[in-house]
Amino acid sequence: MTMTRGTKTLLCVLAAIVGAFIYVPLAIILINSFSVDRVLSWPPSGLTLEWWGKAFQNEGVRSALLTSIGVALLATAVALVLGTLLALALGRFDFFGRQAISLLVVLPIALPGIVTGIALNNVFTSFLGGLTLLTLIIGHATFCIVVVFNNALARIRRMGGSVQEASADLGAGAWTTFRLVTFPLMKSALVAGAILSFGLSFDEIIVTTFTAGPGITTLPIWIYQNLFRPNQAPVVNVVAALLVIISVLPIYIAQRYSNTDERGAGLL
Amino acid sequence: MHTKRLLTTVAAVSAATLLIAACGGSSSSSDSSAAPGGAAYAGPVGTGEGQVNVLAWPGYAENGSTDPAVDWVTPFETKTGCKVNVKTFGTSDEAVKLMQGGGWDVVSASGDATLRLIYGDNVQPINTDLVPSYANIFDDLKMQKFNSVNGVAYGVPHGRGANLVMWNTDKVTTPVDSWAATWDANSPYKGSVTAYDSPIFIADAALWLMATKPELGITDPYALDQTQFDAAIELLTQQKALVGEYWSDYTKAIDGFKSGTTSIGTSWQVIQNLAAADGGKVMATKAKEGATGWSDTWMIAKDTKNINCSYLWLDWIASPEVNAQVAEWFGEAPSNAKACELTTDKAFCETFHAGDTAYWKDVYYWNTPTANCLDGRTDVKCVPYSDWVTAWSALRA
Amino acid sequence: MTTTTAPAGLSFRHPWLRIVGLLSAPLAWLVVVYLGSLAALFVTAFWTVDDFTGQLVRTFTLANFSEFFTNPAYLGTIARTLSIAICVTILCLILAMPVALFMARIASHRWRPLLVALVLTPLWASYLVKVYAWRAMLQPEHGVIAWLLQPFHWSGPGYGYVGIVVTLTYLWLPYMILPVYAGLARLPQSLLDASSDLGAGSGRTFRSVVVPLVWPSIVAGSVFTFSLSLGDYITAQIVGGKVTMLGNVVQTTYVNNLPFAAAVATIPVVIVLLYLAAVRRAGALDQL
Repeated sequence: MTMTRGTKTLLCVLAAIVGAFIYVPLAIILINSFSVDRVLSWPPSGLTLEWWGKAFQNEGVRSALLTSIGVALLATAVALVLGTLLALALGRFDFFGRQAISLLVVLPIALPGIVTGIALNNVFTSFLGGLTLLTLIIGHATFCIVVVFNNALARIRRMGGSVQEASADLGAGAWTTFRLVTFPLMKSALVAGAILSFGLSFDEIIVTTFTAGPGITTLPIWIYQNLFRPNQAPVVNVVAALLVIISVLPIYIAQRYSNTDERGAGLL
Repeated sequence: MHTKRLLTTVAAVSAATLLIAACGGSSSSSDSSAAPGGAAYAGPVGTGEGQVNVLAWPGYAENGSTDPAVDWVTPFETKTGCKVNVKTFGTSDEAVKLMQGGGWDVVSASGDATLRLIYGDNVQPINTDLVPSYANIFDDLKMQKFNSVNGVAYGVPHGRGANLVMWNTDKVTTPVDSWAATWDANSPYKGSVTAYDSPIFIADAALWLMATKPELGITDPYALDQTQFDAAIELLTQQKALVGEYWSDYTKAIDGFKSGTTSIGTSWQVIQNLAAADGGKVMATKAKEGATGWSDTWMIAKDTKNINCSYLWLDWIASPEVNAQVAEWFGEAPSNAKACELTTDKAFCETFHAGDTAYWKDVYYWNTPTANCLDGRTDVKCVPYSDWVTAWSALRA
Repeated sequence: MTTTTAPAGLSFRHPWLRIVGLLSAPLAWLVVVYLGSLAALFVTAFWTVDDFTGQLVRTFTLANFSEFFTNPAYLGTIARTLSIAICVTILCLILAMPVALFMARIASHRWRPLLVALVLTPLWASYLVKVYAWRAMLQPEHGVIAWLLQPFHWSGPGYGYVGIVVTLTYLWLPYMILPVYAGLARLPQSLLDASSDLGAGSGRTFRSVVVPLVWPSIVAGSVFTFSLSLGDYITAQIVGGKVTMLGNVVQTTYVNNLPFAAAVATIPVVIVLLYLAAVRRAGALDQL
C-alpha cells in the first residue's frame, strides 16, 4: 500500500498503544518485585531490594528451576527426534493419510490443555500405576513435537528435493544423505524449534499439574503454589521479572536462526 | 475428498471406542467383606526408609516455607532421617483424588474423606500399639464413626476446629456474631461475600436453615432428604448473587480478605492468623447459630512403600509438643490431651475448647452424606454425597 | 556401473519403506500415547462412578451427557465459554492488526527480528504471572486500573467476565500477531501498487486486497486464540471472581466424577475439531 502519511502515523500510534498494552503488565510485575508491600497494592508504598536477595537464596525456587530445565531439555530432545522424523516424512512424500497426520500433530496444542491433561492422567494412573517424572516428560514432549515439526517442515519445503537426489546420485545411502546433506541444512530450523519447544515446556502449567508425580515441582507449579502466599508472593514477582529479562536473548537468537522474513517466527 | 476420508476414519474410531465402552466388563467393586485396606502393619516400627510423602491440609505440615520460625518438619527429618515431601490440598475431594492416584504415604483426612478412603481401599488399618502418642488422645476423638470401622482404627486423630465467619474490619464496622450477613438476600455486602468452594459447603446452607427454617426439620446438616436438600440448594443459589469469589485455596482467601476484595464469609482460624500477621484488618469468630467443622485423622495409604516413616510421622505429629505447635499455628483444638500443657499461650486449650464436649455440640464435623440417613431416619432416603457433588457443580457452572 | 548401493536404492525404489521407517516412531508415540489416552477418556465418558467409593462403574450409559445437556446452568456455561472465546479472538485480531501492519509494511527490514522478538518476549513471562499481574491490575480497590480511573470514580471492571476476556486477550495476543505479520510480510508489494494504480485509497486496498489475501493467516491465528480460550480454567480462577468456564467444570468434577468430567471435556474437543475442519477449507492449516 502506498500509505498516506496520515495512515502511517495512525498505524504507528495504534501499534504503540498495543505495544504499551503488551508491556505495561510486565512493567507492573517488575515494579512490584521491588515493592515493599507483600500484598499487592498500587502504587507501591516503597521500594526495596529485599525480595531479589531472598529470591536467590530461596531453596524452593532453585530446585523448581532445575526441575523445569531438566524436564524441558528432555522433552525437547524427544520432540526434536520425533518432530524431525515427521517433518521428513510429510515434507517429502505425499501419501494417504498425510492430511490426517498433519492434523494429528497439531492436536496436542490445539486441544485444550485440560483435556490432554486428564486424558494422560487417566491413562498413567490406571495403567502405569502412577505419576512420575517420566509421565511428566511424556506429557510435555507430546505437545512440543508440533513446534519442532513446523519449523523443520518449513525448512524442508524450502530445501526442495534436488539436493537429496543429487546426493543419492553420488552414491550416498539414506542415512548418509541425512547426516551430511539434510541435517546441516536443517540445523538452524531445528535450533529455532528447540528453543521454542523449550520455552513451551518450561512455562507449561496445565498438563503439568495433571502429569507430574508427587513431589515433582516445576517452576510453574512452584509459582502456582506460591502466588498468593504472603511470604512468597514477592519472590514470585522477582522470578517472573527474571524470566522475562533472561529470555530476550534466546528469543532473539531463535529469530535470527529462523529467517523470519517469510514465516512468522516458526512458532505457528 | 480428504474430508470424506477423514470423517470416515473419525467415525470408525468413535464407533470402535463406543463398542469398547458398551462391552465393558462388570463394575469394579472391592471386596469389602474383610476389613477394608487389608491387615494393619504388625510392626515393630524400624528405621525409616528415608522418605515419606505427606498429603496435608495447609498449615498441618509446616517446613519453614510459610514462616521460617514455624517448622516441625525439619526436626522430624533430622530425628528420623525420613525426608518429608509435603503437598497441600484445598478440599477433601482433592485429597481423595490424590490418594486414589497413588504415590502418597500419609494423608490428613477430614471426616468427609475418611470413609471414602476406607471403603475405597485406599488406606490401611492402624496398629495403634505402634503409635505411643495415641494413648493420650482425647477419648471422644478415638474410634469415632468417621475414623473406625467395626472396632478397627484407621487413623490417628489430629485435631478439630470449626469453620468461622471472618470479616474485614475496614468494610464491616460492627463486630459480627452471626452468619446472617452472608445469607441474607439484602446483605449490605453483596458482591464481596466469600464461601468455601466445595460440595460440603451445602451443609453450611443446611445449618443456616436449621436456625432460620426449623419447620424443615433438619437435625443433622449431613442428613438431608430431598426436600431439605432442595431448600439448601435454593438458599445457595440465592447466595451466589452475594458472592464475589469462592475459595478452596486458603492463600486466595487470605489475599481476598487482606486486600478488601472480600468483606465477609466462611474462613479458617489459620487464614485469620496469617492475614492479621501480615497487617490485614480482619477478625473471625464462631457464629452463634453454630458451624460446620472438621475433625481430622492422619491415615496411612494402603500400598505405601514407606511404612516405617509413615508410622514415625503419625507418632510425631500426634506427640504433645508437635500437636501443640500445629494446633497453635493452625488455630484448632489439639487432639493430644498432653499438648495443652505445652502451648505457648497457656489459655489456648480453653480458648479452643480442647476438652470441652459442650462446645462441640453445635459444631457439625464434616461427614460423608449417605443414602442411609446419618441422623438415623429410616422412613426417608437421604441425598448421597455424589448428588451433593453434582448439585454443587451445577450451582457453580 | 551400479548407480546406488543396494539398501539406498531399495528405499528410493520403494518410498513406502522410507515413509514407514520415518513415521513408525512418532506415530507410535502420537497414536498410542496421545490418541490412545484421548480414546480412553472418551470411553470413560460413557461410564459412571460408584456413589460411595468413587470407583469407576464400567457399564455403558449416556447419563453423563444427558445430565449435562439438560441442565440450563451447564448450557449457560457452554454459551458463556464460547462467547468468551469469540470475543477474545475478535479483540486479538483488532489489536494485532495495527502491530502486524506496522511490523510488516512500515518498519524497515533491519528491525524486524527485534520487533518479532519483542512480540514473543511476553510469551516467556510465565503464564501464571501474567494472569496474576492482571489480577493486580483489575483489583477493584487497590489495583492499577482502579488507581488510573480514580478521577472518574470508577473502579474498573473488577473480577468477572470482562476481566477474563481482557486477560485472555492479553495472553494470546502474540499468537495472533505473528501469523498475521507473516501473512502481511508475504504480500507482494506489486499487488498493492496495482491496487493504488487502479485508484483505490488505503482503506479500500486494505478491505479488498489485503484482508482476503491475509485471511488464511488470520484464521490460523484464530485457531490458537479460540482453542486456548475455550479450554482455559486457571484465568477464570484467578481473575474471574465467581464466573466459571467449561474448563472449570471439568477441573472441579474430574476429582469426584471422572466420567462426567470426561463427558464435559469432549465438548471443547468437538468444537475445536469442527473449527479445525472449517479452518482447513480456508487453507489456514498450511499456515500452522
